[in-house]
Amino acid sequence: MQTPFYDIHKSLGAKIVDFHGWKMPLQYSGIVDEHVNVRTNVGLFDVSHMGRFEIKGQNTLPCLQKLVTNDLEKLADHQALYSPMCYQDGGIVDDIIAYRVAHDHFLIVVNSSNRSKDLKWISEHSKSAHIEDITDRTSLLAIQGPRACDVLQKLVGTDLRSVKPFHLVNEEIDGIECMLSRTGYTGEDGFEMFFDSSRIEVWGKLMEYGSIYGVKPAGLGARDTLRLEAGLMLYGNDMDENTTPLEVPLKWTISFDKKQEFMGKKALSNIRPSRKLVGFEVTEKRIARHANKILMNGLEVGFVTSGSFSPTLRKSIGFCFVPVDVLQNQLLQIDIGGKHYEAKVTSTRFYKRKLR
Amino acid sequence: MFAAKKRIVSELKFTKEHEWIKTEEDGTAIIGISDFAQEQLGDIVSIELPKDGGFFRQGQTMAIVDSVKASSDIYAPISGEIIEVNEGLVEKPEIINQSPYDLGWIVKIKPSKMDEFESLMTKEKYDRYIGEIK
Repeated sequence: MQTPFYDIHKSLGAKIVDFHGWKMPLQYSGIVDEHVNVRTNVGLFDVSHMGRFEIKGQNTLPCLQKLVTNDLEKLADHQALYSPMCYQDGGIVDDIIAYRVAHDHFLIVVNSSNRSKDLKWISEHSKSAHIEDITDRTSLLAIQGPRACDVLQKLVGTDLRSVKPFHLVNEEIDGIECMLSRTGYTGEDGFEMFFDSSRIEVWGKLMEYGSIYGVKPAGLGARDTLRLEAGLMLYGNDMDENTTPLEVPLKWTISFDKKQEFMGKKALSNIRPSRKLVGFEVTEKRIARHANKILMNGLEVGFVTSGSFSPTLRKSIGFCFVPVDVLQNQLLQIDIGGKHYEAKVTSTRFYKRKLR
Repeated sequence: MFAAKKRIVSELKFTKEHEWIKTEEDGTAIIGISDFAQEQLGDIVSIELPKDGGFFRQGQTMAIVDSVKASSDIYAPISGEIIEVNEGLVEKPEIINQSPYDLGWIVKIKPSKMDEFESLMTKEKYDRYIGEIK
């Protein structure tokens, strides 16, 4: 599968990789260069591979409230929130962002790897609402970085500084209808832009108006290093159907006292996790990677879920599962290629952007 | 102190694992990885170098590079003893990406079996080889 921007990525010389069946740009100028540019200026990402569903009908809100752990009643129109969806046993189906257009109209964005699973899951549990997979007829771009607002402001009339985080606004870019949300997966300020999949010229407009702000295209490689620094998790790496939101830092997304019963509530109320996801920094020079074993006092106690290089900290960082009683700053060993390297337990949040 | 100088790439010999090697006038040899290798790896962010005095047989792992996305072993193109390593790469491993044949040299060795050079590829053969595997 290809996004509508595939030819653009090829013409920019991107290294293309297979990502769950999608031919996506891994990098253009280089992962580190693109990462640093997002933190310093602004980067443009094609994230059209993510699954997008539209749910309509008067039962939309109650149906979704049953599926997500977070409380959608908190949302005003034109506001979004992040939540896992759980199975009855508390395991995570997927983590999603739910955008409330109106009480009877929601847009859901899901991980591309879970698109058909999620569509089936939501459909089975939303029999009285109308769900449509709009992935193919829409595009999704993300513009992220301290200059993202400056770039997009040149193209739209709404005062973007007044759009609060996780809020939406309907706009037009060069006459093209676009829904903008102040969301992202990088830890920087920025917007995600939803529009018709035939209007690929939006990419060119953003690159053109962004050039004085130093805009560069950014691929999946930088997307991964950015989200890791920002403490954001990736389904499939950091969580899966055998993980509950109590074990990874998602307890804050569970609204135990929301009015509606939700899938997994009973299980989550009773589970006492024995492991937890923490951050780590490797104190030596090697890069820790997914599935590397974590050892303490020579005993295997967990494993790396996400591991990579942090261009901001200039060292290897990641997330790993450890027993619940492990403390920050404790030292552990990571088995990388059969040798043990020392690492330090940290928070999962390695980077916090400066507020302008 | 060994100083990096501009190497004539056509004089280098190559391995199937994308290392290059150049013999010096004093009988020692310098080793690095090819431009194709650094380009395939992407941004190199760390390198684990061998110690001076270490002996490696042809084909043995003598160093490990980490790029953002993957780890890659660097194999000894011929057998020999490490007499010097490019310490500067520890702080700035990206030099390998920027200058794979000159400033990004990795180790200097004293070869122990000169006839092992016969098994290596000329630049011409190596270019054809990478053309096939691309």
